[in-house]
Amino acid sequence: MSKETKGLIYQLVAIAAAFAALVIWLVTADLTDTERQTLDPGTIWKYTQEHLQITLVSAVIVLLIAIPLGILLTRPSLRKAAPAVRAVANFGQAAPAIGVIVLLAFWLGFGPKTAVVSLVIYAILPVLSNTIVGLQQVDERLVEAGRGIGMSQMAVLFKVELPLAVPVMLSGIRTALVLLVGTATLATFINGGGLGILITTGVNLNLNVVLIAGSLMVALLALTVDWIGRLVEQLARPKGLS
Amino acid sequence: MSDSKISSSAASENTVSGASIMLQEVTKTYPGQKKSAVGGLTLEIPAGSIVMFVGPSGCGKTTTLKMINRLIEPTSGQIVINGEDVTTMNGDELRRRIGYVIQAGGLFPHMTVASNIAMVPKMLGWDKAKINARVDELLELVSLDPELYRDRFPKELSGGQQQRVGVARALAADPPVLLMDEPFGAVDPITRQRLQDELLNIQSEVQKTIVCVTHDFDEAVKLGDWIAIFNEGAQLEQYDSPERILANPASEFVENFIGSGAGLKQLTLTRVNEVDLVDAITTTPGKRASDVLSQLQGSGRKIAVVLDSRGRPLRRMDRRQLSRAEIIEGTYDPDLPVVGEQATLNDALDTMLVASAEYALVTGRRDVFTGIITVQTVMEAIAAANSSMDDHHEAPVGLNSGAINVVDIESEPAESGGEPA
Repeated sequence: MSKETKGLIYQLVAIAAAFAALVIWLVTADLTDTERQTLDPGTIWKYTQEHLQITLVSAVIVLLIAIPLGILLTRPSLRKAAPAVRAVANFGQAAPAIGVIVLLAFWLGFGPKTAVVSLVIYAILPVLSNTIVGLQQVDERLVEAGRGIGMSQMAVLFKVELPLAVPVMLSGIRTALVLLVGTATLATFINGGGLGILITTGVNLNLNVVLIAGSLMVALLALTVDWIGRLVEQLARPKGLS
Repeated sequence: MSDSKISSSAASENTVSGASIMLQEVTKTYPGQKKSAVGGLTLEIPAGSIVMFVGPSGCGKTTTLKMINRLIEPTSGQIVINGEDVTTMNGDELRRRIGYVIQAGGLFPHMTVASNIAMVPKMLGWDKAKINARVDELLELVSLDPELYRDRFPKELSGGQQQRVGVARALAADPPVLLMDEPFGAVDPITRQRLQDELLNIQSEVQKTIVCVTHDFDEAVKLGDWIAIFNEGAQLEQYDSPERILANPASEFVENFIGSGAGLKQLTLTRVNEVDLVDAITTTPGKRASDVLSQLQGSGRKIAVVLDSRGRPLRRMDRRQLSRAEIIEGTYDPDLPVVGEQATLNDALDTMLVASAEYALVTGRRDVFTGIITVQTVMEAIAAANSSMDDHHEAPVGLNSGAINVVDIESEPAESGGEPA
């Protein structure tokens, strides 16, 4: 069993154990009525679904924007624009997420849609820059070899460059997903839904159990997404690369 | 020696499958640069021959090579292959008809050996069965066992094996022209010598037109039917056979490029298959040692050569070893002094010295044993080579426009079109 496979198994076991501990704690804990109401499994499931929905929709939009953009920015004709675009993307990530979300809400209105827009701005950088780096680190001579044996530019991109960039790109996508799961917590501030509501409720009503349960749920969700990401990275790594 | 090379290839059963290439006043000027990387080069590359481009780095030899398959588009001029002007046709389609080999093979690391080789046939729409058969055939051609290597990934191969697969990939669709860009630059000297020998063996089977860039003049002398020596801006200093370049360098530049020891380089001009080899007593694993010994004693030879089922040498046995053994063993001796028949006498001497032997085993196509070369044979050949010098071959055309700089022993290099390296 390889080191990576072992790591995957440990991570999964740890997530499952932590989740089980959380459930046992909530079942056995001495909860007030308000707490019990807020922590109703059906409600939590609904929040989790909302949370995942915001995350996934943002992730899909991020991929649809960042990957083609990254590819374009590594083509010879547009290569020069790469630093400028990366600077803009950097700006998106450097700005405090909570600030971006709230400011955008004033401009675009409150609700899940705005949450998605701000999450996209926030998570584009890792995918974009890993797409660029992944494509840039492909040996120039392999590209030339491909062209030299008569492959078109498109064929070289899809059969040589992208497959070889996949490991780096996937790790960027995983980073973005984890960021998104965490940041989607903030959606609740602009009526975007998600697990963040448990945390804000916990803080506002001074219900520590709710606060802790909400935070743990988000953390476990992020770890689970990270685990899925790692699994995909393992499976999608091109054979022949070590 | 090109004499004998040409006559030997004409005598072989294979016909020339290569195409002639003609560069007509080809120029490459990069934007923002005043001087051309390649200035008005006219060069004729005869069908079925190996032409070596040599010159200092930055002289434009690689640019010239890449303009033949239009990886670099010429600024002006025409490229004619087999009488067909290919300057304006679709570049990708052109390149599928021209083999291309780069340093270390340029194999795609995420594809198996077989998929790497199958790239071009797939693009040309061959059916699967035909592609698979072709892959195996090519692996055989470059002396790699298809069963063993077909499904390996490039990183599971040695540098020399990767380079062989690179050559196999380039030959996949049986292109008439093969372009090689410093193909043996990344391997150790011994592997390089083997690969060079092998390339010559392959060439004697396939008879392609091969254009090869190198910075190693010895390699050019060994492989080339013709050598083009370039100066900055791809100014042709001399374009002629290795013999005549060594004997009559056209300019001081060429003289300096050849370097000292031009006399010894003559050794590089004679190949093992051009001298008389000594027959050997051969045997196969499993035979009785005493039979072989008596055969050996009857012939007066010192050693017997053990061959495998495909006629490739496994080990040598002298009389003492034979008298001790009962049955001939089939183990492979890695220190066996072996040279390809396309190796130069220089290589052969080298191999003997390394193995501290006064003979070396010679192998031909696909590593089949053909005979033994001894130190005496080499010495006699040197003496013979020194006394004969052929001089009646017409060199192909090669010149730069704007300067009447036809390959002529007396002419001085033109000053035009130089570019800082």
